[in-house]
Amino acid sequence: MNAMLYISGFVAMISTLMVITRKNAVHALLYLIVSLLAVALIFFVLGAPFVAALEVIIYAGAIMVLFIFVIMMLNVNIESAQQERQWMSPAGWVGPACLSAVLLGELIYAMTNSSIRLINVSMVGPKQVGISLFGPYLIAVELASMLLLSGLIGATHLGRRNGRNGDGKNRERRNS
Amino acid sequence: MTTMSGEFGLLLASALFALGLIGVLIRRNIIFILMSIEVMLNAAGLAFVVAGSRWHQADGQVMFIFILVMAAAEVSVGLALALQFFRCFGTLDADAAGRMRG
Repeated sequence: MNAMLYISGFVAMISTLMVITRKNAVHALLYLIVSLLAVALIFFVLGAPFVAALEVIIYAGAIMVLFIFVIMMLNVNIESAQQERQWMSPAGWVGPACLSAVLLGELIYAMTNSSIRLINVSMVGPKQVGISLFGPYLIAVELASMLLLSGLIGATHLGRRNGRNGDGKNRERRNS
Repeated sequence: MTTMSGEFGLLLASALFALGLIGVLIRRNIIFILMSIEVMLNAAGLAFVVAGSRWHQADGQVMFIFILVMAAAEVSVGLALALQFFRCFGTLDADAAGRMRG
């Protein structure tokens, strides 16, 4: 299973390097998702399946969807058809597809060979995490809920369209 | 074997953190800066989980959950700020806001 760890780490490094060098934001997001999936596989190999699932669901699912929606809202240009044809070209998706195919191969290998044990025999499962989370860390859970509430209020306040700093006045000021 | 994987995990976490830091430093697009911050937070969480699995404790995973919560709150506020930035300046270049209106 050490080989799985090294291959996943290599995939994570390559895809993160691609994230910070891409020109197109959506291509960078694809590579970022591959990087997060590779880190999730590392978590799984290290004996932490609960946070591996959380990494896939929350990071690669929810937060990346948030990024994609914001990029979609910001791309208000008109050159849509040409850009669409350009996005469909394989240059954009073949790199992430190859890297995630490596990860899929590892996953299939790990699931079919059930005789292979994980590196850490003592796996820290969701039950232990839950007991620790709602036992000694209960105050931190409450603080995290307050942090999420403040993040919600802050995002709602900042994302308003017709605020005091509405776009019309500032656009005019920028053009003048 | 376990110490080997622990060392490799910590090295990988530091390498990912360095890559995220380089991304913050060299990119000027706000979306890319936010993505690099996500990479850095993810690397910190990886270090926590590696340490927790080294000592067979659940505390590393608990700290990763808190990092996840913090990253979600941070990215929602950051993306709302990016939207507001785009409305104000018409671009996503972070250098466009380099001057204060004193």
